[in-house]
Amino acid sequence: MEVKIKSMKHEDFKDNEYIDSLVEELNATGANVMVGKLDQLINWGISNSLWPLCFGTSCCAIEFMSLGAARYDMARFGFEVARNSPRQADYIMVQGTIVHRMAPVVRRLYEQLAEPKYVIACGGCAVSGGPFKNSYCVVPGVDQILPVDVYIPGCPPRPEAFFYGLMQLQRKIKVQKFFGGVNRKEKISEFFEKHPEEEGRIG
Amino acid sequence: MSEIKEIISRILPSAVITEGDTLMVTVEEKDWYGFAKALKETKGLEFDVLSAVVGMDWKDSLGVIYYLTSTSRGWDVISVKVSVPDRENPMIHSVSDLWKVANFQEREVYDFYGIKFINHPDMRRFFLRNDWKGYPLRKDYDADPKLNPIPTEDEANEDATVRYVEDAEGNVKEVPGKVFEDDEYVVNIGPQHPSTHGVMRFRASVDGEIVKKVDVVSGYIHRGIEKLSEGLTYPQILHFTDRMDYMSAHQNRHCLCMCIEKAMGLEVPRRAQVIRVMMDELMRISSHLLSFGCTAMDLGATTAFFYGFREREMILDIFEKTCGARMSMNYNVIGGVIADLHADFVKDVKELISIMPSRLKEYHKVFSGNLIAKNRLKKVGHLSKEDAINYAITGPSGRGSAWSCDCRKKHPYAIYSELDFEEVLETGCDSYSRYMVRMKEIEQSCRILEQLVDRIPEGDIRAQVPKVIKLPAGSWYQQVEASRGTFGVYIESTGDKNPYRVHFQSPCFNLVGVMDLTCSGYMIADLITIGAALDFVIPDIDR
Amino acid sequence: MFNFGIWTSELNNFLMGFLPEWATVLVECVIIALLVLLTYTVLALFYILYERKLCAWFQCRLGPMRVGKWGLLQVFADMFKILIKELISLKDTDRFLFKLAPYLIITSSVVMLACLPWGNGLQIINYNIGIFFILAVSSVGVLGILLAGWASNNKYTLIGAMRSGAQMISYEISLGLAIITIIVFAGTMNINELVWAQDKAWFIFRGHIPAIIAFLIYVVAATAETNRGPFDLPEAEHELTAGYHTEYSGIHFGFFYLAEYLNLFIVSGVASLMFLGGWMPLHIPGWDSFNNVMNYIPSVVWFLGKSFFVSYVIIWFKWTFPRVRIDQMLSFEWKYLMPLSLANLVLMAVFVALGWHF
Repeated sequence: MEVKIKSMKHEDFKDNEYIDSLVEELNATGANVMVGKLDQLINWGISNSLWPLCFGTSCCAIEFMSLGAARYDMARFGFEVARNSPRQADYIMVQGTIVHRMAPVVRRLYEQLAEPKYVIACGGCAVSGGPFKNSYCVVPGVDQILPVDVYIPGCPPRPEAFFYGLMQLQRKIKVQKFFGGVNRKEKISEFFEKHPEEEGRIG
Repeated sequence: MSEIKEIISRILPSAVITEGDTLMVTVEEKDWYGFAKALKETKGLEFDVLSAVVGMDWKDSLGVIYYLTSTSRGWDVISVKVSVPDRENPMIHSVSDLWKVANFQEREVYDFYGIKFINHPDMRRFFLRNDWKGYPLRKDYDADPKLNPIPTEDEANEDATVRYVEDAEGNVKEVPGKVFEDDEYVVNIGPQHPSTHGVMRFRASVDGEIVKKVDVVSGYIHRGIEKLSEGLTYPQILHFTDRMDYMSAHQNRHCLCMCIEKAMGLEVPRRAQVIRVMMDELMRISSHLLSFGCTAMDLGATTAFFYGFREREMILDIFEKTCGARMSMNYNVIGGVIADLHADFVKDVKELISIMPSRLKEYHKVFSGNLIAKNRLKKVGHLSKEDAINYAITGPSGRGSAWSCDCRKKHPYAIYSELDFEEVLETGCDSYSRYMVRMKEIEQSCRILEQLVDRIPEGDIRAQVPKVIKLPAGSWYQQVEASRGTFGVYIESTGDKNPYRVHFQSPCFNLVGVMDLTCSGYMIADLITIGAALDFVIPDIDR
Repeated sequence: MFNFGIWTSELNNFLMGFLPEWATVLVECVIIALLVLLTYTVLALFYILYERKLCAWFQCRLGPMRVGKWGLLQVFADMFKILIKELISLKDTDRFLFKLAPYLIITSSVVMLACLPWGNGLQIINYNIGIFFILAVSSVGVLGILLAGWASNNKYTLIGAMRSGAQMISYEISLGLAIITIIVFAGTMNINELVWAQDKAWFIFRGHIPAIIAFLIYVVAATAETNRGPFDLPEAEHELTAGYHTEYSGIHFGFFYLAEYLNLFIVSGVASLMFLGGWMPLHIPGWDSFNNVMNYIPSVVWFLGKSFFVSYVIIWFKWTFPRVRIDQMLSFEWKYLMPLSLANLVLMAVFVALGWHF
């Protein structure tokens, strides 16, 4: 099954095998027709109304501003309602290096987001630590502390790359299941498997 | 210079004076505070600006190098070296009461080297968490990640601070203190806050809406660039400068390149010099446009932000065509620039120059001509000229307090001495003046570009440099005028292909130091205005 | 002019035909409640899109384009998402008040919506003190905001709520005085009579100088009343993250969000009622054929059109002006706007007493 989003053709994306395998995995158990339709409606809503949490630490945040400005205008996709309160945002876009002092703050912000919530690691530093990977106080990639959905490489990524990453997130959302089946809870439990010490803390 | 030497040897006969890149005076720790006071106050010296404080680890001793500038003596620069052999409990007298800028600078040195400053009012760590183990820039620092794992909890005892007080007999006593009293209403602004321009954190004690005191908590994007640089070769270090103050990428990199070229004795071809200056000025315009947009947005005029960004995109296009990237251009290299100009460069720059005057008028129409904007900016965040000098506030913010501090005029570098431009000064000492300086500097930058755009000489774009770049043993300090003020680079080399110590003296570091001074007595909303008008870039502070 | 009252009385007669009176009233109430809620939602969604498109055009952008033709379905996507978002309840807060606050706000704006004259004969309640009732109910909204700020147990929300309290209570005075000016002129508080009194010409033309001053005062005060820029201090994004609703998520936040836009519509509706003739078409005394042509345009269209126009002006303010500071805002109200509106009230009384109006 193809995951369709309006803004870009399926074959224009580069990593379709990944999405296809995700669809296969999720559809393995099958779904009720009614529930399936409702799921589709909800996913349409979520994927088209992604409100970012403003969270820029360095250069990538300036490119994110460019993304909002007139030439690239992310409002076209409905992404422009940047919320400053994590309670009202849908995804946290980590733009820039995360250092030791910042790590607990990022974690807290992630925990404050209301479900369903997503994480985009944006720029070399957030993906892997980037040029500062060897430093004494840099977290080598935000995936050490958060479950990341989409990685956008670049230093900083071009605005087009931001769009590509956001559309990838839309595709991932399109295949998720809100009712029953395998859904995001799964991802969180996987995360706990990797970090058993966190289990009691977040719950 | 010989005059300075004479006066110094009269004040302190035991001082050792050596001439290198600048005049370097080596003094013993016990003489340091009195000598510093004399440097500042003696007629004929009057070193009123503390330009840089560089912590050092010479393996057998720890120490600090102070770079001092005298505004009345034609911006002469001298350096003073103070060292202590004690590695366990090193202590040096604080000069933060003479030069206020030293307050945060000494906290940085304490953070990196563990040197405690006697009589410093607030000896906390600056960049690293207060539970951090070890002092990372010491040469014997244990970088084992198990010692300092990625933390999951917030720091405890944020309010605890400590002072090292010296009594009359010279005994130093540790006195614990508190940043805020228990009954103060402290509002936490940041690190994740829409208008701190990044991840700055201010803890403001408020009385109703009035701010009483601001405590700056930095280090939320401290990446340890100075330590990383020590492990890399000179060409490899260059890319860090673009990622510190990303809005002054070209200027910062220009500074580092010049410092290395100065040490190597390298002559840069004239074409490269002209290209560098043009890129610097384009970067300055782009930075000021962003600053305009962010100031407007922080004041709630969202629309003006989009107008500023519209023109900024034109400059980014010019960068992209020549350098291949919109941001983090990595364009300057040691000896010149990395690639030749794009064929459209001259045409694009001319177009930019021709539209900018009308666009500046539009900005005034849409934002700063507005009564509300004027009321919000005027008489907010007063910073007198004396304070600006004492806190070493350079750049547009310093010039907004009528302090003539443009490095392009005071220490002309590259081809600035041949160019015809004015140093913009405003006498209002408030946020509006700082804002207006930026707007007028855009005009001046356009003027510089206009003079150069038709006169780019033919020739090489970079000089021949050896494959492996090694600097001779010694130390060098170079300053340029970045978008936000004087940016300095200190390099100490032992003759190796890696530097022994690199220090970046960023302008924003000083800017954030006046937040407490400028915000006290104003309202919470003014704190945002003042921050926007000072226009600091956080990765530049934290490095 | 087509009178929608014909439809409603026909429905009433039809129901009365086979139901006792109490049951008829009950059924009618249910129908009206459903209609009001439906209108509320549709209008709020329309307004969200309206503002997003307008602000995009002010900023040389396009605004929502991809979801549905011209981005028309964007707001529905947002609504679905908000509906299923997790509702976060916080530790160490007053749970009851925390949950009550959004409902207070939404209730007050729904009640105000119900009072507006939608068209000829399309009115739910016709009080003799209708406009007074609207003013009274609008004050309940302040309570909701104060509760939201207080119950969240957060410093930002508390500051936001206190700002909002100071602001809304201050500007309510000017708002009320501007409305009283017109009431003095019209001599009635009944909404239906107010509209019919503008049959000859709208109040803003009939009352000329004092009416125009009152209109300007009203627009400024209404902007402040709805917490919109340049008076958006209670939710000043760049100072207080999201102001009084910082801690709300999901549909509770959605209520604040909808109420904010609906309040914009309501103040615009009241402006069109008090100054621009409500649903009354544009009538110019003496131009009978012109007046007849105008009468062909349905009254609902007139009312909505006028309200959208006033909203456009208020949105235009927001996307043009920087935000004022709390002390500037309060001194503007107490030092300039309120004395001016008091003087204007006296002026209007003199004009009415001496008959210097049309």
